[in-house]
Order: sequence, then C-alpha cells, then structure tokens
Amino acid sequence: MTTIRMVEGGTTMENQFPIQQFLDPQGNWISENHQELLTEERTKEFYQQMIRIRTFDRKAVSLQRQGRIGTYAAFEGQEASQVGSALALNKKDWIFPTYRDHGATMTFGHSLRNVLLFWNGRNEGNIPPEGLNIFPPGIPIATQLPHAVGAAFAEKRKGTKKAVITYFGDGATSEGDFHEGLNFASVFSSPVVFFNQNNQYAISVPMSKQMKTKTIAQKGLAYDIPSVRIDGNDVFSVYVHTLEALERARAGQGPTLIEAVTWRYGAHTTADDPSKYRDQQESTNRREESDPLLRLERCMKQNGWFNEEWVNKITNDAVQEVEQAVEEMEAYVKPDPAMIFDYVYQEITPSLAKQKKALLHMLGGDEQ
Amino acid sequence: MTTTVKTNSLTLVTAITDALAVMLKDDENVLLLGEDIGKNGGVFRATEGLQAEFGEDRVIDTPLSEAGFVGAAIGMAANGLKPVVEIQFLGFIYPAYEQLMTHAVRLRSRTLGHYSVPLVIRAPYGAGVRAPEIHCDSTEAIFTHMPGMKVVCPSNPYDAKGLMIAAIEDPDPVLFLEPMRSYRAVKENVPEGKYSIEIGKGNKLVEGDDVTIITWGAMVPVVMNATKRLRDDDVSCDVIDLRTLSPLDEELIAESVQKTGRTVIVQEAHPTSSVANDIMSVINETCFLYQKAPVEKVSGFDTPVPYFSYEDFYLPTPERVIHAVTKVMNF
Repeated sequence: MTTIRMVEGGTTMENQFPIQQFLDPQGNWISENHQELLTEERTKEFYQQMIRIRTFDRKAVSLQRQGRIGTYAAFEGQEASQVGSALALNKKDWIFPTYRDHGATMTFGHSLRNVLLFWNGRNEGNIPPEGLNIFPPGIPIATQLPHAVGAAFAEKRKGTKKAVITYFGDGATSEGDFHEGLNFASVFSSPVVFFNQNNQYAISVPMSKQMKTKTIAQKGLAYDIPSVRIDGNDVFSVYVHTLEALERARAGQGPTLIEAVTWRYGAHTTADDPSKYRDQQESTNRREESDPLLRLERCMKQNGWFNEEWVNKITNDAVQEVEQAVEEMEAYVKPDPAMIFDYVYQEITPSLAKQKKALLHMLGGDEQ
Repeated sequence: MTTTVKTNSLTLVTAITDALAVMLKDDENVLLLGEDIGKNGGVFRATEGLQAEFGEDRVIDTPLSEAGFVGAAIGMAANGLKPVVEIQFLGFIYPAYEQLMTHAVRLRSRTLGHYSVPLVIRAPYGAGVRAPEIHCDSTEAIFTHMPGMKVVCPSNPYDAKGLMIAAIEDPDPVLFLEPMRSYRAVKENVPEGKYSIEIGKGNKLVEGDDVTIITWGAMVPVVMNATKRLRDDDVSCDVIDLRTLSPLDEELIAESVQKTGRTVIVQEAHPTSSVANDIMSVINETCFLYQKAPVEKVSGFDTPVPYFSYEDFYLPTPERVIHAVTKVMNF
C-alpha cells in the first residue's frame, strides 16, 4: 500500500499547458481573444518580415555551400517564433540570442551584413547597430540565460522599464544554466522573458530522449514562473504572448517562460545531415501542414489581402537587401592580425604586447 | 610638511571588508553577490556588517548556484553594474568555470570592446587550516590560463585592500584569491579610505644578492620564515611577492634573477602546468645567460590536495624552501 500522494505529470501537464493558437494552420482565426490584432497591416508586416529573414536564411545556406561563409545554423521553419517575439520588443529592450536566433535579431534591427560577418568568422559581426542591445549569440548551450537574468536584474535596479528576452532551445532545458537562470530570475523577480523555441530536436536527439516531460512550459512551475505553451508557427500567438510577458516584466511582475512549439526543416547546421537521424518526410509534411509563412498566406487569401504583385515586390526587396548585405560582407576590410590582441583586455598586457609584436614581425607588418 | 594618514589595525580579511565598504560607498554601481554574504557576513565574515550598512540590494544573498550567479553577474557587469562575487571556497568555483572561460573573459574580444565584463570574483583558497576536503584547493593556474582574466593574490592586509580596490576599478574580470590561512594571521596598520595597488606589479619584500625567491599569497610567510633562517647562514635572499599572477610582473622577475642568477619558486599549487612553470619560462626568456644554477621549484604535489590529516605533508614548509635554496647555492 502506498502512502505517497503522487502528483501526476504526463498528460496532466499537457492538459495544463494546452498549445495556445490564434491562427490555425489553414489560416483561420480560432480564438475569441485579440481579434483586433488581425489587421491587413499587421499581417503583412509579419509576412514581409518572415519573407525577409527566410530569404536571408536560404541565401546563407547557399553561401556556405559555395564556401563563401563558414558553418551556418539555419532557422527555416522557426520564422514565426523569431519574428513574432522580436516585433513585440521595444527598441530599448535587450536580446540574448543563440546561434539560431538571428532571425529574431535581424527583425529587431541587427545589421544583415554583421550577421553574415559573424558567420564568416568575424568578431565585427557581433557589434550591434548603435543603440540596440543585442548580445553576441550564446554558443555553449543555455549559458546565455544567466546573462539575460543579470542584465534584467541591472535594468530593474536602475529603475528602467526595459525588459530582456532570451532565446534557447529544447535541449537547453537539460542544462544546469537553464535551471539556475530561471531560479535566479524567479527569486529576484527579474524582468526577463525566457523564450523557448521547442523545435523538438537538439541536433540529432529528439525531445523524447531529451526529457520525460511532454512540455517545457511545465518546468516553469518548479520556479513559480508563469508559463505558457504556444504554437510557435503561429506568429500571432507568438506576438501576443511575448507582448504580455514583456508587459509583466515591465510592470515588475517578474519572469515568464514561453514554450513556442516549432520545427526546423533543415539540419542543425550546415555541418550535419538530418536524414541520418530523422525521417525528412516529416519535415516535408510539416511544410505543407504548418509552415508559418504558408499559414499567413492562407490567412491573407481568406481575408482578401493576398496580392501576388505585392508578394513579388517584397520578395524582390528582400533579395536586394540580402544581396547588398552579401556584397558588403565580402567587401569588408581584411582581417587585421593586430585585432586578436587588442581586445583581450582594455589595456594590452606586456606579455600580449610582445606576442603581438612577434606575430606582426613574422607577418612583415610595420609594428614599431 | 607631512600629512598623517589615519590607519586602522586590520587583518587580511578585515582589510578586504574595509576595501569592499570603501567601494560600496564610492560607487553605487558596486554590489556584492554570493552565498551567505548578507546577514551571515560570509563564511569567513569578509562581508560582516556590509548588508546592514549598505542594504539588501547592495549586498545580496544569492541562491546556491555558482554558475547561475556568476553568469548573472556577467550580465550585470555588461549592463553597467560592478558586481563583486564571493565564491565560498576556490574549490567550489568549478561549476562557474564555463561561465568564466566561455563568457566573462571573452565578451570584450567577441564584441571588440562593445561589451565588457568589469567583474571581480573573490575566492578564499589554499590548505593549512584543517578544512574539509575540496575546501583547500590552490588551482590558480586554471585561471591564469584564461586569456582575458586577471588573477590577483595578496599576502598581507595592506596589499589586500589596495588590490581589492584596484580589482573593483579594473575594466576586466579579476579573480581575487584570498589566502585563507593568512586571513587572521597578522594585523597591520592599513590606511583609511581609498588607495589602490596596481594590478600586474609584484613587490620586493627583501633585498638580497644570492638567490631570488618568488612566491605569493599563503606561501609568503613560509618563505619569510625560511629567509630569516637562511640569513643566519649568510645566504642573502631577494624575495618577490608577485601579488598578481596574471599578468606576471616579468620585469621585476627578470631584474632580480639577472642580479642573483639563482631562483627558487615557491607555490602551494600542484607543480604540473602551474604558475611556477610560467615564471620559469620568463626566466628562460630573459635570464638565460645570467643563470648560475637551474631554477628550483617548491610546490605542492601532483596529488589532489589531501585530507587535512595529511595536509602538512603536502604543503611547502620553510624546511623545503631552505633545502631548495641550499641546492641552488651549492650547484
């Protein structure tokens, strides 16, 4: 006879965190709420931004194939999550992205050229445009969460209304830094939004092998962080929930955890082949069923807002903009070997100065 | 005319408390973070009274979460604050290793100076106080191996205060190692108010001609004891307290070793891949033609720091220092 009263997880949690959707995959508005958001102007803004970053993403994959940039992490399939969340931010807010979130940072205002520079092995690419707070992408998984929490802590202490958003994937929730970051934010009620893109694969490992839980949202319960599971391919749901989470943050109500359920169509990066670890037919099916751009197209068609000419125009604009960024990236000044020494410390140490001098001498430079 | 600077008689740990108080007063962006540093004043009382004086939003008890609060401190530092983080013992810093190695020391170079991390990590280190296991590590070389990190290790109250103030004012991450066994060993007169000691500069404790002894932190008293006894045997030692382990004061090392031609390096750490080896490398580069004997290294051993019933076997002693000096003198 058991005397332990078990609290059930499993389906109980799935039911507790139903996937919040406004626009179904056929493009129908299915929610009672926020119908006022469904305007031609906003829908087109979302769509245009998603076209823009998808154009960038596809171009970047092709540049990598041609050897014109290094290894690249594509986000195709996750555009609604990245665009919807980034458009919810204020320009003074902070973004702490991973390497797969430049769709969000470019939507927020990051320079396309700089993003390409980053993928081409240039630190210069990590410098955000004047006035924008974009941290360089977190590479070791989940390590950016505590940074976001610290930056949010600082904003709260300064008494500003700036909020912080940090992005991470499903695999990141297995890392200690995820839990330590959530706990810290919870204890100090920091104005931060934990935006999880659950694309259901951490490189090759599916969610079912990453965690026993069926949702990521439920992990917020352990930290008393209000949490929600949303359709990450529904840009309206992403936008609304991120907006609400940011409002909570600004109102001093602390952190929120958003689980945006989505899917990446392609590889983890250009260095792996997804057909080795999953049936790519599923990706093909998902394109038809739940592609975030297709969904908006269907929605626009139903509302009589779809206009082939306009789509061609914005697509061409996106291509132009990306081509321009590629040109600028390729015309960028050559790497200066001195640079690797000059930013290790604010002031170069004697030993580093010697190493720098030796290298420049070897390279035939004109170091004094 | 001389001005009299007021002084207080302080131990090394109270000198650190004093430095923290000076900086909390001086700059409102300075804040302290760590486990049990608030009401409890830290496990070694290094922050005693500071929360009462400066408030709970300046002296902050964090969850037990070294990676979490070091990571958060990186975000704070990048966003305008000056966090001073206490790690209870250096042996407990390892969960935060990733945050330090992959972020704290790289953010400046990753962003070409757009973001930086003016962060101080304080950590008591070293054996010799009969502490439980893991509480006694002296793994400074893990951190001197981090490009972008500065590593400071004072041996006395005056230096501790001046270096702490310099560390807090430094624009880059500084690991501040506090020799646990010297925390309350001596008191000395420490000036009131703000003064700083330049990071990267060692200190000549004793002038001598026969042999250079280079050491730092908790090994300084051990070396001073040996030096006194060697003086009775007419061996005159040039004793350097490095104070900063990264960047090394190469000039001071070279100047002394070029004078004496003999060197003994005394460290508590494991000998393999240690700071002593880096010092030997400096000597090799700068003093090759001046050498009268091979450099001797007195270290702990390449064993885990043993349980405290064995720690006296592990720790360098004045006898081991004298033995090494005698060896280089008789080469």
